[in-house]
Amino acid sequence: MTVERIYVFKRFERFWHWSQAALIITMMLTGFEVHGAYDFFGFGKAVALHTLGAWSLIALWVFAIFWHLTTGEWRQYIPTLDKINAIIRFYALDIFKGAPHPYRPTALKKHNPLQRLAYLVVLLFISPILWISGWFYLFYGEWKAWGVDGFLSLEWVALFHTAGAFMMLAFFIAHVYLTTTGHTPMAHIKTMLTGWDEVH
Amino acid sequence: MFSTIRIVMPALILYAFTANAIAVPTKPEAAGGQGAQPVAASVMPSTADHHKFKALQKQFKSGPEVTEACLTCHTESAKQVQHTKHWTWESVDPQTGQNRGKRNIINNFCTSVVSNEADCMACHAGYGWKDNRFDFTVEKNVDCLVCHDTTGTYRKLPGFAGHPVYKPLEFPPGSGRRVEAVDLMRVAQNIGMPSRTNCGSCHFFGAGGNGTKHGDLDSSLQHPGKYLDVHMDEKGLNFSCQTCHATSKHQVSGSRYNMAAALKGGAHMRGMKDASPASCQSCHGNKPHPVTMTKLNQHTDKIACQTCHIPAFARNEIGTELSWDWSHATKMGPDGKPVLRMDSAGRRAFDSKKGTFAWDSYVIPEYRWFNGIAKYKVIGDKIDPTQTVQINEFGGSADDPDSRVWPVKVHRGKQPYDKVNLTLTLQHTGGEDDTALWHNYDWQKAITTGMEAGGLPYSGEFGFVSTEHTWPITHMVAPKGDALSCAQCHSKNGRLKDVEGVYMPARDGSKVLDTLGWTLALLALMGALVHGGIRIIAAKRG
Repeated sequence: MTVERIYVFKRFERFWHWSQAALIITMMLTGFEVHGAYDFFGFGKAVALHTLGAWSLIALWVFAIFWHLTTGEWRQYIPTLDKINAIIRFYALDIFKGAPHPYRPTALKKHNPLQRLAYLVVLLFISPILWISGWFYLFYGEWKAWGVDGFLSLEWVALFHTAGAFMMLAFFIAHVYLTTTGHTPMAHIKTMLTGWDEVH
Repeated sequence: MFSTIRIVMPALILYAFTANAIAVPTKPEAAGGQGAQPVAASVMPSTADHHKFKALQKQFKSGPEVTEACLTCHTESAKQVQHTKHWTWESVDPQTGQNRGKRNIINNFCTSVVSNEADCMACHAGYGWKDNRFDFTVEKNVDCLVCHDTTGTYRKLPGFAGHPVYKPLEFPPGSGRRVEAVDLMRVAQNIGMPSRTNCGSCHFFGAGGNGTKHGDLDSSLQHPGKYLDVHMDEKGLNFSCQTCHATSKHQVSGSRYNMAAALKGGAHMRGMKDASPASCQSCHGNKPHPVTMTKLNQHTDKIACQTCHIPAFARNEIGTELSWDWSHATKMGPDGKPVLRMDSAGRRAFDSKKGTFAWDSYVIPEYRWFNGIAKYKVIGDKIDPTQTVQINEFGGSADDPDSRVWPVKVHRGKQPYDKVNLTLTLQHTGGEDDTALWHNYDWQKAITTGMEAGGLPYSGEFGFVSTEHTWPITHMVAPKGDALSCAQCHSKNGRLKDVEGVYMPARDGSKVLDTLGWTLALLALMGALVHGGIRIIAAKRG
């Protein structure tokens, strides 16, 4: 069997992915502590780290959005249902038989249709819930100046933020698990680290 | 009589120790500006040396005589004082019109001044208020010295209707203790701006003993360290009471009767009119923390500064009284004689005259929404004896933009009430006469006399009802390092666990959402484990 190596993830993409991963893990660890789920950093420190993490993510996203727009990479997330049945079939059945993945990633189409959908949900649904509610949370002191204090309540902002956090946690678990579904358990991780994918 | 000693003794001891130590709290700036030639080793802070005034160079026989001498120069001062609560003992609520003040309310300690004036007026800034015939217009009856004495020798004892000690006497009678007469000329010639000791001679000893009443005011504030009060710290800022309670025309600003619970806007500028500096915000503004602590500044719309910055009150060994149960009063010892028992820290625990007490030090406050408006029980107000009677009710709620969460001391107790007319009773407690409770230990006589003096009907049937008296805590501000940490409130069982109407991260959340959220996460995890498990098994069989 020949092994074809293709360069899938460029340097910035990999940096973006891993720094974002670290920040999101930090946000979840501190966020659920702020929510009262456990006592680890201590409430005050958890809030401080959560805030620092939020600003860092904002900075990272400014760069990421710029990068996606200027490179045209945003097209990677355009949803498609093409071959989606084959993909679903692979994860539900064929994977257990050791069959190869029906999707061949290329530099132009890095994500399989299921990935595209999942990431799109993260980008257009889960993230906005977190970002918008988090932004209001962060700027609670400005509500009056913004004229939103009449209809916004901290409770609802907090509940939306928490809901978003739970969805992100579920995505995170599934995402981490699915990294092991390459041709070897570490193959996807390796690709994300080096940028090179080995297509068997 | 022991109890009376204990009312007075702390004050006496206090004065004895501070007679020379506490003078006017002014510091050396007066010793000459830049480049000034020294003309004397020290220069008086005042522009007038009262030793040199002819009017004060005489042997005064009474307090009113001194006041007459004061008024020869300070022509308007008595009129000014007569417009203050220190003189009228009244305070009208501008919103409800209710007339409060010591004269009209019933408190949770000695209950009411009515029929007990001779004792209570030891803390009146006047002379001769011994019953309800006192003439509030007589200028010479204004007591200048109690606030302006700097010698620490001016004493007013219970039983003399506000007059100081004119002749040496044994006090309390039969105690064998001699109290010297006040040298009124010396006191008059040594007057100055009020010090913490002057204000404290009454405000530290309210309700009959050191620290009893307020919880955030006691004699430890005469010479406080930084730990106790970051502003009054004697080696630091050394604030006097008037630094915050700025005074104009003898009107002292910042009364708990008419509080602003939620001050908005920035810090005051010099010269700002109609702005009382008796609040944290007047100097610190409403965003007092640096921009790196923006989250803390965002708390100021709900939380009073005091809530975090006064982590506990009565932060000393003096402590404060937390309850007074009058229903145990008149109980005698096994030998049929009155008993006085102290707790392990030397504070009153039981007194046959007064009942049972509970004290504590380093007290963690309770927390309430408060908008600055408190409705008081005034004499004659109807009560519901099936409920705990609120001596004062704090207004405010989470929805009210003028309310903040405040730390409070709640003093609990039991008081006598008229079972038929459903009013708290007035009782004649102090005095050496036949009907005085502390003399004759007879409730019926004491209440009958008290109600008559107050002009209230009395059915002849009395019982005891549970009461609560709430005090805002605002003094004894701790250094910032001692302020509450976040988690002391932000946790399931934190200090604000009973404060409703506000969402607090780590305390609050939606049970439904949490259950759904954790279930979702768990399903994802289970899905991964099952899927992965099947893969492993399949691979092995493969």
